[in-house]
Amino acid sequence: MTEISLADGSAMQDAPPAPVRRYRLPLDWLGVVPFLIFALMFLILPTTYLVVGAFQNDQGEITFDNILALSAPSIVSAYWISIRISLASAVLGGVVGLAMAVAISRGGLPPWLRSATVTFSGVASNFAGVPLAFAFIATLGRLGLLTVLLNNWLGVNIYSLGFNLLSFWGLTLTYLYFQIPLMLVIITPAVDGLKKEWGEAAAMLGATTWQYWRMVVIPVLWPSFLGTVLLLFANAFGAIATAYALTGSQLNIVPILLYAQIRGDVLHNPHLGYALAFGMIFITGVANIFYIWFRARSDRWLK
Amino acid sequence: MAETFLSIRGVQKSYGPNVVVQDFNLDIGRGEFVSFLGPSGCGKTTVLRIVAGFEEPTSGTISIGDRDVTNLRPNQRNIGMVFQAYALFPNLTVAQNIGFGLKVAGMAKAEAARRVAEMLELIKLQKFGDRYPYQLSGGQQQRVALARALAPKPRVLLLDEPLSALDAKVRVSLRDEIRSIQKELGITTIFVTHDQEEALSISDRVVVMSQGRMEQVGAPFEIYNFPKTRFVASFVGTLNVLNGKVADPAKGTIAIDGQDIVASRGLGATKAGDSMSVALRPESAMLVDLGGGRNRMRGTIEDVSFLGSVVRLRVRFTDNTILMDTFNSPNFPPPARGQTVTVIFAPEDVLVLDGLEAA
Amino acid sequence: MKTSRLWAWITFGVGAAYFLLPLIATFEFSLRMRRGVYSFDAYRSVLGDPYFQATFFYSVLVAVFTILLGVLLVVPTAYWIRLRMPRFRPVVEFITLLPLVIPAIVIVFGYIRMFGSSSPLPFLASTRGADALLVIGYATLALPYMYRAVDTGLATIDVRTLTEAAQILGAGWTRIVIRVILPNVLIAVLSGAFLTFAIVIGEFTMASLLNRPAFGPYLQNIGANRAYEPSALAIIAFAITWGCMSIIQILSRFAPKSANQPR
Repeated sequence: MTEISLADGSAMQDAPPAPVRRYRLPLDWLGVVPFLIFALMFLILPTTYLVVGAFQNDQGEITFDNILALSAPSIVSAYWISIRISLASAVLGGVVGLAMAVAISRGGLPPWLRSATVTFSGVASNFAGVPLAFAFIATLGRLGLLTVLLNNWLGVNIYSLGFNLLSFWGLTLTYLYFQIPLMLVIITPAVDGLKKEWGEAAAMLGATTWQYWRMVVIPVLWPSFLGTVLLLFANAFGAIATAYALTGSQLNIVPILLYAQIRGDVLHNPHLGYALAFGMIFITGVANIFYIWFRARSDRWLK
Repeated sequence: MAETFLSIRGVQKSYGPNVVVQDFNLDIGRGEFVSFLGPSGCGKTTVLRIVAGFEEPTSGTISIGDRDVTNLRPNQRNIGMVFQAYALFPNLTVAQNIGFGLKVAGMAKAEAARRVAEMLELIKLQKFGDRYPYQLSGGQQQRVALARALAPKPRVLLLDEPLSALDAKVRVSLRDEIRSIQKELGITTIFVTHDQEEALSISDRVVVMSQGRMEQVGAPFEIYNFPKTRFVASFVGTLNVLNGKVADPAKGTIAIDGQDIVASRGLGATKAGDSMSVALRPESAMLVDLGGGRNRMRGTIEDVSFLGSVVRLRVRFTDNTILMDTFNSPNFPPPARGQTVTVIFAPEDVLVLDGLEAA
Repeated sequence: MKTSRLWAWITFGVGAAYFLLPLIATFEFSLRMRRGVYSFDAYRSVLGDPYFQATFFYSVLVAVFTILLGVLLVVPTAYWIRLRMPRFRPVVEFITLLPLVIPAIVIVFGYIRMFGSSSPLPFLASTRGADALLVIGYATLALPYMYRAVDTGLATIDVRTLTEAAQILGAGWTRIVIRVILPNVLIAVLSGAFLTFAIVIGEFTMASLLNRPAFGPYLQNIGANRAYEPSALAIIAFAITWGCMSIIQILSRFAPKSANQPR
């Protein structure tokens, strides 16, 4: 006992009371430098280049002329169609996706159907672009299977009724093929987060099913729903491949206009092209900011 | 017992060939606090959910205050319920949660606000009315859940393991709070738990259940000291089981590891040489002889664990060991491991297990 | 209860019809190339097309390089952020989400203007440079998915404890990342890789605007000029996407069940 404590004492005297301090440079941040350089070079700077360009004229002077020039009727109508298609496909996709999520999560369907639906949704939400356009042409094009069958069996010619795949509703219907599954994939966890006990507690307190939905379920799901709808909106707004493969350049939506501008400066003003791109970032950016905001709110509740 | 208020008659519940509750009969008096105690899967929660109306009994009836409610939907029964997982509505504030039942019932706003304030005072969370559930601790959330259940003045309160999600200290304090609020309001209450200490400390009566059957109904004192079945004896409290042989049925003596002890009751129709199991609570055995014809057994201390107010000893005889609790006292250091001691216990404390229903 | 189940079945049925009909119709259409009988002629025609083979091979190659670049970029960063710079995490997460905000067409527009042949970094002056820029662009597009997959994978293992355990046993940084961290997040990395593959293989916008001979522009070109082949291609593309997703789901069954989850 004594020996040990003596040894401890001498050790204490040798060593300074504070532990040895090695002055290390704060080099931790070096570990993320490659990533930051990549993001800066290939994500942030190219975007900034366009945004800055949107506020410059050919001489490099700051100007709002390009932004103001977006008010040309053809450009405004392109934005307007884009916004309408994105909004329609986002809202419809959102409502249907939510209904399907509720059906597979709460509707008492067999479990294998649920997992099959979720797997399929993962596939369908990534099945966008050119092949999706082909699939819809084969289904609802002038010679599509469904068009022909409706005509042969029911005598309904949907094209003579005013339907056209290369139109607003045609494109919206096509976009729903990836919008609905995307909604389903994102919202299903939120629907699963509705606790069975909430319904039981509400029933114990005398609430009817409708009162429970109105006072608890809808308010709880609302932020996730709205947030995801905004995400779907941004998703549709930036999409081009499906629309381009479906309609060529017939349908005047912003991404197709921008595509044509990049290819051949159809606007005859490079800076107007930048402004067009800036407008797209602005719209998807606003949608995403609200998405994040709504998301944070519902995460807090459903923790 | 006061007049019967809640009556569960001949309730049976089966899922296909699977019987989860059988022949459950219980009358609960007005203002009584009854616990359903048992291991998980014993059917206690099922009975509670049948009373609540979430499950339909295969047969049997539930009546509250002379009215048969068996066929009423949950939202028509006027029962309050607190769940294990809080189940507060996340989108509503504390005050809105408590006022939910009042709003649904269409109570006038001013009156509802008064009632909510009253409930907040009852659970001592007056300043928390505007907070959201995620801003509260587990204990606070469960108090709000209690207030929410009580606000519409239900006729019966059901508590489904309300304390199991909480940590030990909060559990004890909330337990006492629930009991005092229940007494203050005089509300008829069923409390479901798997924790025997909880059930014994809080209830007027305890229903011990196992495998869908009622094992015993009685006051906590009865359940603990006079278990009627083997299951109750072993599930409630710690029990030492000693295996021996009947020495003399007439005198009630049993030989355990070659030492004779006397059991004052329950030996019944046995003959010398029969195998026999008896049980002893840890707190019944002592190292001090208080006289009066007690049993004495020589044994060796095998282990000593210091638990604070109590020192728990493990004593080995030959084949049998027992755990015994002695009170801690700074004046008497506990015996050392390996020491030989005399364990002393009264014949009345010896529980003859073979005399109980095997069940 | 009964009514809600009926309602669920109806909702599900309508949804299933909407999703299965185009697949059935497309498949049926793809079989109609030979007049009067169903045949796989369209598939034979597509698979035998040298342009199909060339562009598909090109896109697979680009996808492989994209995955390599993505892994090299994301794994060390995500690991380092978790280990040493947790406070910096929101910044990195924000950056990884940017490609969801900025449409691909805008990103590639920026590339064309910034990396043109007369710029200081003339990626677009050579074929190899343009190929590299396409890989980079795809890595950017896949960044949100790759980062999330890897970060989720890292969340299930206790990065700090594993690293410290390896250090005490005398391992250096390279060895730690390659021998300890990577095997533990391999499943997550592979999931991210197959998702990347599914996104990249038929991508149109970037490949088309960078004038690369990729599968996406080929698809578009066929669509504009042929009748039955596009349907066959759509079925093939769907099968590829399905394959990638199935592999991800099978992989997720082998994901390490966290023994010591932090928090």
